Amino acid sequence: MNTRRFILSCGAILCLAFGTATARADELLMARSPLAFPEAMSALQAAIKARGYTVGHVQRVDVGLSVGGFKTAEYRVVFFAKPEEIAALPTRLPELAAYLPLKIAIFAEGDTTLLTTNNPQALRQFFPRAGLDAVFERWHADVGAILDTVSRAE
Amino acid sequence: MKRWLLCTDAAIAAGLGLLILMGMAWPASAADGGAALYRLHCAACHGNNGLGGVGMPLALPDFLAVADDRYLRTTIRRGRPGRVMPAFTQLRDAEVDALVRHIRGWTTPQAKSPPLLKARAGSAIGGKPLYAQYCAACHGTQGQGGHGTGVTFSRPRDYPILAPALNNPGFLAAASDDMIKTTLARGRAGTPMVSFRDKGLSDKNLDDIVAYVRSFQKNQSPTAVPVDEPAVISRVSSYSVEDTVAKLETAFNAANMRVVRTQAYDKGYAPEGQENTKRMVVDACDFSLINEALKLDPRVGLFLPCRVIVSEQDGVVRVMSVNPKRLSVFFNNAELNEMCEHMSKTYIEVIEEALF
Repeated sequence: MNTRRFILSCGAILCLAFGTATARADELLMARSPLAFPEAMSALQAAIKARGYTVGHVQRVDVGLSVGGFKTAEYRVVFFAKPEEIAALPTRLPELAAYLPLKIAIFAEGDTTLLTTNNPQALRQFFPRAGLDAVFERWHADVGAILDTVSRAE
Repeated sequence: MKRWLLCTDAAIAAGLGLLILMGMAWPASAADGGAALYRLHCAACHGNNGLGGVGMPLALPDFLAVADDRYLRTTIRRGRPGRVMPAFTQLRDAEVDALVRHIRGWTTPQAKSPPLLKARAGSAIGGKPLYAQYCAACHGTQGQGGHGTGVTFSRPRDYPILAPALNNPGFLAAASDDMIKTTLARGRAGTPMVSFRDKGLSDKNLDDIVAYVRSFQKNQSPTAVPVDEPAVISRVSSYSVEDTVAKLETAFNAANMRVVRTQAYDKGYAPEGQENTKRMVVDACDFSLINEALKLDPRVGLFLPCRVIVSEQDGVVRVMSVNPKRLSVFFNNAELNEMCEHMSKTYIEVIEEALF
């Protein structure tokens, strides 16, 4: 092996080492917003829209919670997607319909608000031959940015 | 040509040198970034200031006084299998160290002293009745800990902190005998854990309890990881979309679940009046089940509502839903696993009843 090839190999190994260390995905993404629930809910919907998604539905999950002894009834699930993707992707991959639209659960914890969602990259495990890795990767980046925006909102 | 090669080699070498320097310099920047790492990985559960939430409070002086850096590092690395706290295997050592330093930043003068008590070899046989008398009420007869996730002030809780699972392989790997003994002796202010030395237990009693807690290591059951489960529950219907939807609604009602919504799958996304009626969604809820599930894990809303999709494509009508049993592995909550298995069975029963 000549010097140049050795240097290139070392460089490639280093790049791989740095690259793969950050490539591993957490399967469940969580964030805490310092905002109270109503403000965090508004910030979440604004962040979703800012990334080019449409909020299709907000599901209340608070029916009977107070009666059941819960201290709060502030719990929602926000469904969102890009209209062109919700139309096209289930046609291309019918079973993906079960995992769309994307959703984020948002609930109050004291004076702050927690947000959680499945990591879209986990869909790569579920549909390994779908050829949609780039889409799942983009969703992962978008969802991460949305959570980050809400967790930094003041 | 040779000169170009030499120049290129020099550039590559310089680049490589820069990469190596970045690698060498990186731990220092990670150390400085403990707060950012904490915010990214920990704050959602443990609170921005370590005061607890879904996860236990970390900023308690008595906790920081007994939890050494090895305990914190091992806990971050291994998590608590089946008890929500995930294993952060993707973090670099320098990042873990930065997190530990950040958590240590909450240490108060009170937390810095006194040193841990030294545990001596105890008798698990002698510790068993003591554990049953003094520990089992909170930590469970088999050391399984309290139910549900950690402190969540929005959720119903008997205590302001959840009793940890002492039989958890993550805890047993992280906690030293000295740490367990010291916690028994001193208690933990701000939690229901009292000083058992004040309750009259001797040093030997404490050593025996430590030995009994350590014996849980032999009886650990592996956490169920249903990774071979299909991600989607899917069946083919011999009925039309309209008839399948009607039969699903009937089947949900028969399973004591309330249908909360039947609509086009793309409603809210497609222009109004142009929705695809060949792809429908039926949402249903079992409200008592939701309440029970939320007590186990507040993140369970991600499963809600129970949603079945009916879709016609190329003349074939498919009925499908997520498979909660497959998804449960993401939650790292053993108690939730059972409920997810129940939910998967319910989905299958409802769908098969509708298609019968």
